[in-house]
Amino acid sequence: MTIEKKVENGKTVLLLNGRLDTTTAPELQEMLIPEFDGGKDLLLDFTELVYVSSAGLRVLLLGEKTAKATGVEQSLKGVSDEIMEIFEMTGFADILSFE
Amino acid sequence: MKELITEAKTENLDAVLEFVETELDAAELNKKLQTHILVAVEEVFVNIAQYAYNSEVGGTTIRLAVGDEVVIEFEDSGKPYNPLESEDPDTTLSAHERKVGGLGVFMVKQIMDAVEYRNASGKNILTIKKNQV
Repeated sequence: MTIEKKVENGKTVLLLNGRLDTTTAPELQEMLIPEFDGGKDLLLDFTELVYVSSAGLRVLLLGEKTAKATGVEQSLKGVSDEIMEIFEMTGFADILSFE
Repeated sequence: MKELITEAKTENLDAVLEFVETELDAAELNKKLQTHILVAVEEVFVNIAQYAYNSEVGGTTIRLAVGDEVVIEFEDSGKPYNPLESEDPDTTLSAHERKVGGLGVFMVKQIMDAVEYRNASGKNILTIKKNQV
């Protein structure tokens, strides 16, 4: 997985490309969590993401919890049908925010 | 039936997913089904890698057959463990209440049509099945 960071419309955007799995989820966590200290809302762009496993869900939940604690918003965009079904079967469709 | 024998460690996840994906591709399974089956394969393999052998490294044999249904079998010689006995998480809780973790086995059960565990001659054998239609 690669992660590209940019700022767009006042939000920090992380563009994820590839597979968010057990191997790559720690990379996202390392990049995502410190961003909540910056105060800018966060947008995770899933357009180029093909896959999310439970390790990825774990980081997204940690992000959502950190968002609630800091008042910084975390939202997702470009989620594929395949990944949305994963969110639905795990209850994450109700937990996460979508742009 | 195709077979992959590998050390059960998370560093080998890419190789495991590539093995399964190659076979599913060859059988021309639709992409959405492939993605979901690969997620289930990751959850099972990573569970074995992280828990079956405590801190030691042991082996896993993965067998795969694609017909009207996709059948994937995972065998390890680690401590006896039936993942089907683990409790399902409450998926209706809010982000604040949800625990981080404990979702892997639940996802395997949600994705696959059948998940079967048996212990034979000291080996854990977990079989997961998914109909193509």
